[in-house]
Amino acid sequence: MTTNAVKKTETLQVTMPSEREVAMARVFDAPRELLFKTWTQPALLKRWLYGPEAWPLAVCEIDLRVSGALRFEWGPYEGKYMGMSGVYREIAPPDRLVFTEVWDDNWTGGETLVTMTFVEHAGKTTVTQTVQYTSRTARDAALKTGMARGMTQAYDRLAEILAGKTNQEI
Amino acid sequence: MMATLKALAEPSRFQIVEVLRNGPRPVGDLVDRLKLPQPQVSKHLRVLSDAGLVDVRVDAQRRIYELRPAPLQELEVWIERYRSIWEENYQRLDVLLEEMKAKEGKRKRRKR
Repeated sequence: MTTNAVKKTETLQVTMPSEREVAMARVFDAPRELLFKTWTQPALLKRWLYGPEAWPLAVCEIDLRVSGALRFEWGPYEGKYMGMSGVYREIAPPDRLVFTEVWDDNWTGGETLVTMTFVEHAGKTTVTQTVQYTSRTARDAALKTGMARGMTQAYDRLAEILAGKTNQEI
Repeated sequence: MMATLKALAEPSRFQIVEVLRNGPRPVGDLVDRLKLPQPQVSKHLRVLSDAGLVDVRVDAQRRIYELRPAPLQELEVWIERYRSIWEENYQRLDVLLEEMKAKEGKRKRRKR
């Protein structure tokens, strides 16, 4: 086993393979069996899959079989949770995982289909996450909403900081 | 930046910005491209101008519109931050994987 003294973070590649898809690819220094586990075991998912502003994954329920359900909730943020439900469509460890996603507040404009592929080469695994939206309009709107949502949070935080500063000054 | 997003959220205005990405255009060109009546195009251009997305200059008889890069650059900076949610998650996953690899190594050694 070789160990690098200085670990360089791999880059996240974001592409739009078709009119209604967004794909994100990233290389990990681990075999695909481990990667597949980190995407399918609740105790492991809770360790790394945070929401915006680092909200923890509070609820993670997985029925890992075809037609089995999944339920994820992040938060709390101001007493609320951001939730998502879905159904597994394909489970082919350790190469492939396909599931649907519907967000509680429907910010993606309908159900999305997520295809995860785990491709190993020389001990490193490329994980590609492709999200297919119901239409191009839904995809573009989702990207916009995602942005607007994050922005609101950034502004909220700024407002809090500013409020804190004001209080201190008084 | 909210002003930028609001201005871009309307399909005709989004299209105007897309056309102007290729360079400055007189109003007449935009009317032809959008196939909308001139008053409507002018209204959209006013909204874009109020949001700071376009500038206008007068060249002889023509009003020429061009993009102002600043708001779009700001938006790009924001998209990078959105992308950073996943980057941060994946960095946490890197750490977890190192831990899992170390544990597996230990288990293998114990079996021997």
